[in-house]
Amino acid sequence: MSALVLDGLAKRYGSVVAVHGATLRIPHGQFVCLLGPSGCGKTTLLRMIAGLEEPSGGRLFIDDRNITEMPAHKRDFGMVFQSLALFPHLTAGENVAYPLRIRGVSAADQRKRAAELLDMVQLPGMADRPVSKLSGGQRQRVAIARALALSPKLFLLDEPLSALDAKLREAMQIELKQLQQRLGITTIVVTHDQREAMTMADLVVVMSQGRIHQAASPVEVYRRPADAFVADFIGMTNLLEGEAAGNGTLSVPGGTLVLPEMTGNSRVLLSIRPEDVVVHGNAEGGPNRLAGRLSFVRDLGASVELRIDVAGREIVAVAHPKDRPSVAPGSPVTVELPPQACVLLPLATGHAERAA
Amino acid sequence: MIRRPPRTLAEHAPILFPALMLIVFFVIPFGLMIAVSFFRRVQGGFYEPDFVLANYERFLSAFFGNVLSFSLMLAGLVAVVAVAIAFPFTYRLVRLPHPAQVRWLVFLLSVLSLSEVIIGFAWSTLLSRTAGITNLLVAVGLMEAPQSLSPGFGALLAGLVYQAFPYTVLVLYPALARFDFSLMEAARTLGSSPARAFFTVLVPALRNTIVGTVIMAFVFALGSYLLPQLLGRPQHWTLSVLITDQAIYQSNMPFAAAMAVFLVLVSLALVGLALILGRREGSQ
Repeated sequence: MSALVLDGLAKRYGSVVAVHGATLRIPHGQFVCLLGPSGCGKTTLLRMIAGLEEPSGGRLFIDDRNITEMPAHKRDFGMVFQSLALFPHLTAGENVAYPLRIRGVSAADQRKRAAELLDMVQLPGMADRPVSKLSGGQRQRVAIARALALSPKLFLLDEPLSALDAKLREAMQIELKQLQQRLGITTIVVTHDQREAMTMADLVVVMSQGRIHQAASPVEVYRRPADAFVADFIGMTNLLEGEAAGNGTLSVPGGTLVLPEMTGNSRVLLSIRPEDVVVHGNAEGGPNRLAGRLSFVRDLGASVELRIDVAGREIVAVAHPKDRPSVAPGSPVTVELPPQACVLLPLATGHAERAA
Repeated sequence: MIRRPPRTLAEHAPILFPALMLIVFFVIPFGLMIAVSFFRRVQGGFYEPDFVLANYERFLSAFFGNVLSFSLMLAGLVAVVAVAIAFPFTYRLVRLPHPAQVRWLVFLLSVLSLSEVIIGFAWSTLLSRTAGITNLLVAVGLMEAPQSLSPGFGALLAGLVYQAFPYTVLVLYPALARFDFSLMEAARTLGSSPARAFFTVLVPALRNTIVGTVIMAFVFALGSYLLPQLLGRPQHWTLSVLITDQAIYQSNMPFAAAMAVFLVLVSLALVGLALILGRREGSQ
């Protein structure tokens, strides 16, 4: 059974298209990250799911019920806003109890439930604090507790951690993920931070210019990006343009690669992650090896980044310090691109053709 | 920047000028008025320095008590009605596109430039039997015959609210323009209908602004002395009308001063009370 189904959900502002028809199935209990650069339509998509933005087209279902036209206040979704949107005239406890008050829960039960929720987000005994007396991290927790007060069917968060400093943000990512796992609640987070998405998500939805490029697990998105945009946006990658010959070989600048499972012959884009590139400190040839010159070495302690000039193009390799080739910058080296690590992508946007 | 409180005379210098202005143009005239209110009136239009309580004693009658309570009730009603209309209006206004907001604000400022006399006569024409809006109602078949709606309490209330409205909008505007409307969206995702969110989030979050605006409109309406005469019947004349009458037409400055001082004290007491009540509710 599918919890949430987006069927061609679109949003247009006049002639500007914010979201092209977005189609997605989100099963129960999944942690989903809508990931993309700013202005890619991810927040608009989240707001349409929340009912704060009226879709220009498409439908939205929850448990096979069409809720496209349902107003936000009847949807039973909890949402955390980027600004957090805590009510300044209420205390932390009253903020958390607000949805209960609206539902007509008795004052005593409101206090009891608010205290439980504040305990859950590790703010015990803070119920009487005014919002203005809370730190950024504490406000964050109050906003989360408030959104979860009614045990919503769907938990939506719009760049919830963007206001926190880097260290606190990492800690909150892990905490948020643990909270979600404990409650088993279907969660959708909007973020532009790919590390955040990789940390928390079961399903990463990569968006750009109003379109969903790929919706898959973090590992899948990283290992098997659907297109050049995804490959480039998630982590670092080397992109090489090449010509497939139809017999399993691909000619790229600097040499020819043998990719056994490749089919078809056309111009394609090859993507390979820096950590998959093997650098040999000699000029020996071999299968899937390209000759080049080591141009720059960056020692990052835990890893070594090597930049190699191959036929005028730079290929970046990241190696473990113990695998570092003992050659100085300027020396000839060869780079090996293992076939199983190569992903072939279409030159234009579309779906990936897998090399392995 | 000096972060500690000023100590020497030189450090106090920047506030000396405004302080001097305040003393010369506010404290001294008000002090003179208090002094005059204890002076003795001399028949024939003058008064001489003295210390008599007769002016205040004369005031303690059922007639002036009624006028005073009517004045306060009218000003309070005007303030509440003006804010009740201006608040939703401004709420809509700040959500309009910027050029439309500017047009509305220019329009409201131009209303402010109208004199009280013009407003009074315009409303009395608008509410008259011969040329008033009741003719329109007759034309569309809602009324049998045209009626005169002015002078009367309704006409007076309408005129005063009309006059106070631009001020209330201009006082509410900055607070509403700064308001974070994601609070309203948050309220909606938490189960509040838009109307419910308006009353459970917007109004309480802007309580202090609203109370402040009501007080401003109250004080503003309390000082009106022309509109009650143009749009009201004699029983609708406010204390300000009587003060003007005593000061200008009866030439009884001591009595006018006593009434004015009393009016200031009563309004200060009411404003103080409103603030205290507001604070107590706010701390709950």
